[in-house]
Amino acid sequence: MKRHLLSAADLGRDDAELVLQTAAELRELADRPIKKLPALRGRTVVNLFFEDSTRTRISFEAAAKRLSADVINFAAKGSSLSKGESLKDTALTLEAMGADAVVVRHGASGAPHRLAHSGWVRSSVVNAGDGTHEHPTQALLDAFTLYRHLGSTDGGRLRPGSLEGRRIAVVGDVLHSRVARSNALLLRTLGAEVTLVAPPTLLPVGVGTWPVETSYDLDAVLPKADAVMMLRVQRERMTGGFFPTPREYSRRYGLDGRRMATLQDHTIVMHPGPMVRGMEITADVADSDRSVIVEQVTNGVAVRMAVLYLLLGGSEPAVGGEE
Amino acid sequence: MCAQPAPAGPDTGRVVLDARDIARALTRISHEILERNKGASDLVLLGIPSRGVPLAERIAERIASVEGNAVPVGSLDVTMYRDDLRLKPARALMRTDIPADGIDDKVVVLVDDVLFSGRTIRAALDALNDLGRPAAVRLAVLVDRGHRELPIRADFVGKNLPTSLVEQVRVTLDGVDDSDAVTIQGAATP
Repeated sequence: MKRHLLSAADLGRDDAELVLQTAAELRELADRPIKKLPALRGRTVVNLFFEDSTRTRISFEAAAKRLSADVINFAAKGSSLSKGESLKDTALTLEAMGADAVVVRHGASGAPHRLAHSGWVRSSVVNAGDGTHEHPTQALLDAFTLYRHLGSTDGGRLRPGSLEGRRIAVVGDVLHSRVARSNALLLRTLGAEVTLVAPPTLLPVGVGTWPVETSYDLDAVLPKADAVMMLRVQRERMTGGFFPTPREYSRRYGLDGRRMATLQDHTIVMHPGPMVRGMEITADVADSDRSVIVEQVTNGVAVRMAVLYLLLGGSEPAVGGEE
Repeated sequence: MCAQPAPAGPDTGRVVLDARDIARALTRISHEILERNKGASDLVLLGIPSRGVPLAERIAERIASVEGNAVPVGSLDVTMYRDDLRLKPARALMRTDIPADGIDDKVVVLVDDVLFSGRTIRAALDALNDLGRPAAVRLAVLVDRGHRELPIRADFVGKNLPTSLVEQVRVTLDGVDDSDAVTIQGAATP
């Protein structure tokens, strides 16, 4: 049986908690002198990135290498993709090279799904961000970060269900954010209450069917939140005018020192990166004690190791959506 | 590790060690470790999850009561180092918890419940290799049931238990299970 991680909805509560628990064990590897485990020796992981990415690609690469897998990086720029090769032909090439897992980022929503279900490749497919659709490993690393700060632990192990009832505010360009969509699905699965805060123009059509609350008023939401997740305004995906000026957006939906002062003492500030300082978040907030933005990157490696291990480590995958 | 779960049904097997036997065996192992090491200095006890960990803790308690100073105790998960990792679905990891001072130049005593094929211990030796360089590695087990498949032997044994391959040895420990016992379950009976 071949399984994939294409959407945060592929993970039920038990699966998600298994990934996070595994990540908790693997997180400690970062503190050891030899950051290497033999679990994926002889397996090949291909990073197939059609869109620019720094931290996600490096994070997947570090995760695969720490598990002793062989990593092949395949970026659109400088490859045959820029000569007009199709996704199908690229996939067939990867298949011929014997990839065990393909980590794919693509500008088109649904490209990883196409790759997984087309019969072009036999490997497991991990979605590393597709268009404005989903980014499940980012949601997993956000959930993992939330567990470490807001959940409880029991002798180093995460206590299942300890995000139950926690309030998470996701603020900013929800419309173009695959991070917001994956987080809304996963955090709901884990029992947290998600509130999306954005101007009406930056909320997707049909957001009423998502398992979340929505609000246009950031100042009303902040005092109740246990964590605030700021999203980047994705100007590269914007074709029309979604707000009058960046300055006005920043005044109404940016997190600055004044707004940060209204948060509860335990509330943490998160950002999936890359940040635009001065737009959705000010420098003093990004560099404050509440900010866990750098820790999110460290946690990302552990979570991606957990996903790769659970998909590839045994004779068959332990998590993920079935074919 | 005692890998076999109890079979369903009323066959609870024959008890070969009860709670008092286990306590006496652990006390003797603790004294043997101290005698061999000439004291408790530089000792680190690492239990192999799941049941090696409470055993390591119990041995540490006994060593502390004899010598007066605490011995570092940790746990060492060997899942990713197992040679049968690829043969079964991906398994959940257990805790690895190495004492703060590390294992470099220490005398590491691995503690497990049942020594059988020796493959778990081989995996543990590989795992130790990635964690540091101990001065020496020793092995303490509650039960040695024989049938080794690798050139590995225990330094400290609670009980040597000759078994046949169709039998199952099951260790239960207070804390992980509800009581202390070592039972042997026979071949499949009609």
